[in-house]
Amino acid sequence: MKYVSILLLVSTFSFANAQVKLLTLSELDKRVAKGKDTTYVINFWATWCAPCVAELPNFERLKKEYYKTPVKVILVSMDFKSKLKSDVIPFVKKHRLKSEVYVVDEKDQQAFIEKVDKNWSGAIPATLIAARTRRLFFEKEFANNELEDLVKSIVHGDYKL
Amino acid sequence: MMLGIMAKAQTGYQVGDIATDFNLNNVDGKNVSLANYKDAKGYIVVFTCNTCPVAKAYQSRVEALHKEYAPKGYPVIAINTNDPVTSPGDSYENMQKLAKEKNFSYAYLEDPNHIYTKKFGATKTPHTFVLTKTAKGNEVAYIGAIDNSQDLLSSNMNDFVKNAVNSLLQGKKPEITSTKAIGCGIKWKKEGATE
Repeated sequence: MKYVSILLLVSTFSFANAQVKLLTLSELDKRVAKGKDTTYVINFWATWCAPCVAELPNFERLKKEYYKTPVKVILVSMDFKSKLKSDVIPFVKKHRLKSEVYVVDEKDQQAFIEKVDKNWSGAIPATLIAARTRRLFFEKEFANNELEDLVKSIVHGDYKL
Repeated sequence: MMLGIMAKAQTGYQVGDIATDFNLNNVDGKNVSLANYKDAKGYIVVFTCNTCPVAKAYQSRVEALHKEYAPKGYPVIAINTNDPVTSPGDSYENMQKLAKEKNFSYAYLEDPNHIYTKKFGATKTPHTFVLTKTAKGNEVAYIGAIDNSQDLLSSNMNDFVKNAVNSLLQGKKPEITSTKAIGCGIKWKKEGATE
């Protein structure tokens, strides 16, 4: 049994290795548009942002099987593109992140911020919860079960704006 | 809860508003107000901190702004936004240490209980407000980033703050009055939180 869990750990570890790609905003938008009934929980973070790193486990442990419709977590790093190999990939390996991780691939940071949400000041952490028909934006850090409760209420449709 | 968050994003100064003066403790132990700068034509108020990597990346650029524009009438005044309990690296002692180490030639003030951070509407570090003296008071002329190249690698560098101040010095309105950039969220004081 012990042997099996070690094997599992090793496979999760190696799975995380190669999974960080660059992402443009239009690619992200297309992904959400094609997502049908999927609710995307998109967290904007950076390896250098301590409160972002602190809240990552809340995103990692979102219990997606609770919901009738799919929930997908996407971690979008605002680290510089040039730091993909030196900072982001080693971080993902070290923390064994199992969510999808991307690094933003946009030249114009301001345009990116505006398009994600016009109320975003640019502070991170920030989170966008997006489904085909709805977008909710949060410029804040989530504590403990707050994210779980929020996603639950949004996906179950009893969350009113 | 959602409404509260939305409201927070909307508060603070907009371009054209008149900024309040403050009286805050500098790293040298003396209080600093805008009114202390008798010859100033305006101010470059930078909300920042000791610990944020983006703020750190801008430290030498903030120093250069002060060196260039204080003699022209636009001194830099830096204000630490962060609560020293939530973020011990941002304590007054650590502000003093940093200012000494890096030889800050500008004022670096503490803002206990985030009073002016909230009043101005700073949401991250660094977050810059350029003020210009008018008959009505200190008018907010620019809000946002210092430039568009945090990593100094941009091929089309735009020095937003310099350009804004240069316009003001020529008696013109800045061409670009507000910008956005990625920064560190403010480390707010936790109200009786025991997490």
